[in-house]
Amino acid sequence: MPIQDKYKELIDTANASGVTNLQVKEQDNVLYIDGDAPTGEVKDKLWDVYNKIDPDYRSGDLVLNVDVSANPGTKAKVTTESTNLNIRKGPGTDQPIVGKAAHNEIVTLLNKTNDQWWLIKTDKGVEGYAYTQYLTPEN
Amino acid sequence: MSATLVSCGVKDSTIQEEIADAAKATPELATVNSTVKDGVVTLSGEVKDDASKAASEAAVRALKGVKSVANNITIAPPPPAPAPVVTVNPDDELKKGVTDATKDFPTVKADVTDGVITLTGDIKRSSLQKLMESLHSLKPKRIDNSKLTIK
Repeated sequence: MPIQDKYKELIDTANASGVTNLQVKEQDNVLYIDGDAPTGEVKDKLWDVYNKIDPDYRSGDLVLNVDVSANPGTKAKVTTESTNLNIRKGPGTDQPIVGKAAHNEIVTLLNKTNDQWWLIKTDKGVEGYAYTQYLTPEN
Repeated sequence: MSATLVSCGVKDSTIQEEIADAAKATPELATVNSTVKDGVVTLSGEVKDDASKAASEAAVRALKGVKSVANNITIAPPPPAPAPVVTVNPDDELKKGVTDATKDFPTVKADVTDGVITLTGDIKRSSLQKLMESLHSLKPKRIDNSKLTIK
């Protein structure tokens, strides 16, 4: 299986870094790697390896869906590039903004809606939905 | 006086025929081979599970003239698990997810067709990973960023 060979280092890294529920599937010349990373650092490491094997992710032959596992109640850091994170009434960017969390602010994860959205609460008491990509669980 | 005594009652060849008859009524016996010697039946071959092995032995043991059964049937290894199926979200769901994921990258354009997310426009290299992580979590079929300008 040539694609699995190409991304062997990535799969090996996932196995060695404690990624759970790891699934590697191949279909129509695309490799799908799913799993739960124990920390944000592990997820970053996997993306670094991916970028090393396939610079700028240009080939489009891998779908890497590794989530950082976090239980409700876990604290998470707002990891936007520099701006505030919008907290919304519902899970979608079409939903009204009910508040904001600052860059690097620590918030509480309440409930995961899906891979994209968490219901969160800030220390100031603002509760709403925020985009998972900008939240890094503090494990 | 010379006498050929067939003292065991039922001839081995007769038992063999009975086993062949029993196989018609006992599907488990279809893949089982048997030999008969002095009323002792030896079963071999391969069946799918322990229950089939036991059923085969019971069917033969019940036949007239069978003194004992040596059950050498083996169990076939389980078939390999079917290849896991890749879940690809429908285009409507992908489009909604793509809208959310690209909101903070106004210079990136994304199109969704048949599960494939195609990116055009441009993006800073430092932001690329963030965008790609978001898009990869949407469960697309694949992501084509080969037309995306990376600065």
